[in-house]
Amino acid sequence: MRTLPILLACLISFLLSLSVHASPAQLATEPSVPELLTKLTKVKLNKAIPVLKALEKQGGEGILPLFKTMLKGQLYYIKKTKALVAVNKVDGEKVYSDIFSGNILESMSKSSVKKIRVNNKVRRFLRESIARTQLSATDAEARLKALSSLLSKLDAGIIQTIKTLKIQETDEEVLALMDVAIAMFTLSNSSDSKERLSAVYTLSGRLENEVRNLFVKVVEQERDAKIKVAAERALASIEQRIEKFQFVDKLFFGLSLGSVLLLAAIGLAITFGVMGVINMAHGEMIMLGAYTTYVVQLMMPNAIDYSLWVAIPLAFIVSGSVGVLIERGVIRHLHGRPLETLLATFGISLILQQLVRTVFSPLNRQVQAPSWMSGSLDINPVLSLTMNRLYILAFALLVFGLLLLILNKTSLGLNVRAVSQNRNMAKAMGIKTDRVDAMTFGLGSGIAGMAGVALSQLTNVGPNLGQAYIIDSFMVVVFGGVGNLWGTLVAGFSLGVANKFIEPITGAVLASILVLVFIILFIQKRPKGLFPQKGRAAE
Amino acid sequence: MSNVLNQLSSMFNSGAMGREGQAGSRTLPFVVLLLAVTVLASIGNLAMPADSMFYVSTYTISLLGKYLCYAMLALAVDIIWGYCGILSLGHGAFFALGGYVMGMYLMRQIGDRGVYGNPDLPDFMVFLNWTELPWFWQGMDQFWFAMIMVAVVPGLLAFVFGWLAFRSRVTGVYLSIITQALTYALMLSFFRNEMGFGGTNGLTDFKEILGFSLQEDSTRIGLFIATSTLLSVALVLSHFIFKSRFGKVIIAIRDGENRARFIGYRAERYKVWLFVYSAVIAGVAGALYVPQVGIINPGEFSPINSIEIVIWVAVGGRATLIGAVVGALLVNYAKTRFTAIMPEAWLFALGALFVLVTLYLPNGLMGLRAQLQDRKTKREQLASSLSAQESSQEKAS
Repeated sequence: MRTLPILLACLISFLLSLSVHASPAQLATEPSVPELLTKLTKVKLNKAIPVLKALEKQGGEGILPLFKTMLKGQLYYIKKTKALVAVNKVDGEKVYSDIFSGNILESMSKSSVKKIRVNNKVRRFLRESIARTQLSATDAEARLKALSSLLSKLDAGIIQTIKTLKIQETDEEVLALMDVAIAMFTLSNSSDSKERLSAVYTLSGRLENEVRNLFVKVVEQERDAKIKVAAERALASIEQRIEKFQFVDKLFFGLSLGSVLLLAAIGLAITFGVMGVINMAHGEMIMLGAYTTYVVQLMMPNAIDYSLWVAIPLAFIVSGSVGVLIERGVIRHLHGRPLETLLATFGISLILQQLVRTVFSPLNRQVQAPSWMSGSLDINPVLSLTMNRLYILAFALLVFGLLLLILNKTSLGLNVRAVSQNRNMAKAMGIKTDRVDAMTFGLGSGIAGMAGVALSQLTNVGPNLGQAYIIDSFMVVVFGGVGNLWGTLVAGFSLGVANKFIEPITGAVLASILVLVFIILFIQKRPKGLFPQKGRAAE
Repeated sequence: MSNVLNQLSSMFNSGAMGREGQAGSRTLPFVVLLLAVTVLASIGNLAMPADSMFYVSTYTISLLGKYLCYAMLALAVDIIWGYCGILSLGHGAFFALGGYVMGMYLMRQIGDRGVYGNPDLPDFMVFLNWTELPWFWQGMDQFWFAMIMVAVVPGLLAFVFGWLAFRSRVTGVYLSIITQALTYALMLSFFRNEMGFGGTNGLTDFKEILGFSLQEDSTRIGLFIATSTLLSVALVLSHFIFKSRFGKVIIAIRDGENRARFIGYRAERYKVWLFVYSAVIAGVAGALYVPQVGIINPGEFSPINSIEIVIWVAVGGRATLIGAVVGALLVNYAKTRFTAIMPEAWLFALGALFVLVTLYLPNGLMGLRAQLQDRKTKREQLASSLSAQESSQEKAS
């Protein structure tokens, strides 16, 4: 009778062991990702690849972070729970984080985790698997990105993957880049000189950095004269193209700087050009606009994307009304005394700066960029245009067009032009010059405020923001010719472009000095600027 | 000296002349006052015991010396703005250039007592791995040569700039803005290490001047007296210049440049020379300033500094010579007090000063009496004309 319990125990243990043995077999047909992950912690090194394969099949793109961590040898698991963690060494301290979300976990003792080991075979599999997963991403943009990041680490396995994927590829750009990858591999590894020559032809004219490096290497080390000549020619043509695009790049940066200068100066062109009033507080109007953006973002922290649409009109109103106040309170009383106006408005600029310092602190404030303004427009590997600069360029031109429309097509514009040409005659015709002065000043200041919104996207917002632009804006207005908006446009862009083209040769500081010296000399020669006012309006 | 005294007595005796004449007549008494204060302050510092009520602390002396340098700078601006209508927003550049020349002399005097102990090269050059002295530093160890350069360097810049600007008749606001651009460009270039002027840090850690240690009280007194004397010389010299025919032409150009030109005066030449004279005064002021504050850096070139000078002159009153000096002393004294008590408020006060002075004190403190008198007479005239009208109406009825 004593044997019965023993038998029973044997039976139970047998059944249990059966079930333990059976479970992997069952799971092999329908394994889920979490189960596979647990399995990864148990499986032996030489049997890891099938598990990884299954993971690749099941997980798709979502499994990429895991593979990448594993490839770097940073994959660990917690002994107790079998949960996987990534372990990063930052400044000699181990940082534990979740693999998929990247969230930092609280640190744990060294003995509680165990590393998941990898060998070369696993590494190769991981590399190929990552490439395969990325290259079969649904988004063509992502495929392109993955492909270009693979160019520097091509090997036979990856080329094989590319070749298989190429059959079902439809996107033309991806196809072209795949050809490049294959040609690069052929050029460096193949022994058939004919094949290599045709690879050189495929590669010539490509702007990818890796292609260029490869050609440089080929030109240096190649024994086959024919290929060497072809490579030299290809390299020359690549360099020529790169130079061309770098020129475009510089031009873009110049235009971008020009658009900033235009925005800063265009309000001044109205107050200085049309009214003949030197407004040293103009820079502070820009600053007020930038701070308006900051305040708007503080008010609507959850809708940063829309904040600019609120900030632009609000900045116009804030700076514009401050401008009207200044005109009514101070400038009106100093009519016909330009030097005194200059001093008084300088005093106002000091007060406004200190006001901002007292209210917001003297430190720079961070203005966030809306998501639609971040990122860049990649045209090719050499040339990429940042979105915020593109938007600001467009914004500057828009503001310029609007202003032109106001001055030429509205009754306010008509009055402004009349007053600027002959104040007394305009008064005699019944134009309320006082009102026109205030409106003009408000308009100029308001536009400065909108410039401030744009500038807040490019630079830090601080009390000295306006100071940095005031001298440059004066230079633009004076260079373009007072009282001429088109002159301001041309002057802004040409100064911006000139600055960016001198900069690589002389350095940034010397470039701005040279531009300043040039303008000082230019004014000697043509005191009325590029496009002087003609006729009776000139005096 | 007797000549000056004669002049002085005649000044006291002669009655009111024109506006300029009247203001100018106060120059010489003012100089006497200035020198007297200087002597008294020096005695107060050196001869009085520290607990005496007549004792003047060394801190006060060096503060006064600094103010007098500013006063000289204000005088330089007044000379061209008040008397010739040229509003320079870049006069700080000439001041700083004079200061840099003096700084170079003082740097060379440090010799091998610097941190790196190099007998020829200043510390910052050793730091930049330079092996020899740049050409423009040659000869700066000689005091006489440095002193000549203090006048020559700002003067030359003023000559070239003025010659270019005035010949092509750049006037008014345009001129103001390009002078501002000039000082801005100079500031940017002096910030660069490659310029050979110590970059952002500028020149500092001076030890001695002409063999006298800069830390000694007696050296400070000496510098203070030198500043006061040179300011007096500049005041007297300017006074006589504006009494001379040259000065009259300058005033004529201010009031009607084209008329002066049509009469046959070469307006641009007069303006250039006045500009150079003014720049030299500013340069000398800078040279006196540097040993008293012990540092010169590119911040002195900043456009804000130059505009501040203009407000000193505006507060004191333009075209009065003394006005500039008084304005500089008052505003800087206020600045020292304000920044000590509530530093935040100073810029508010300065800004308000700009606005209020231009709006309500067009002739500055020096013109305040005339302004009040003017208003009074106007009111009286108005009243008398009103009463005359009333009486005539009464007669008519």
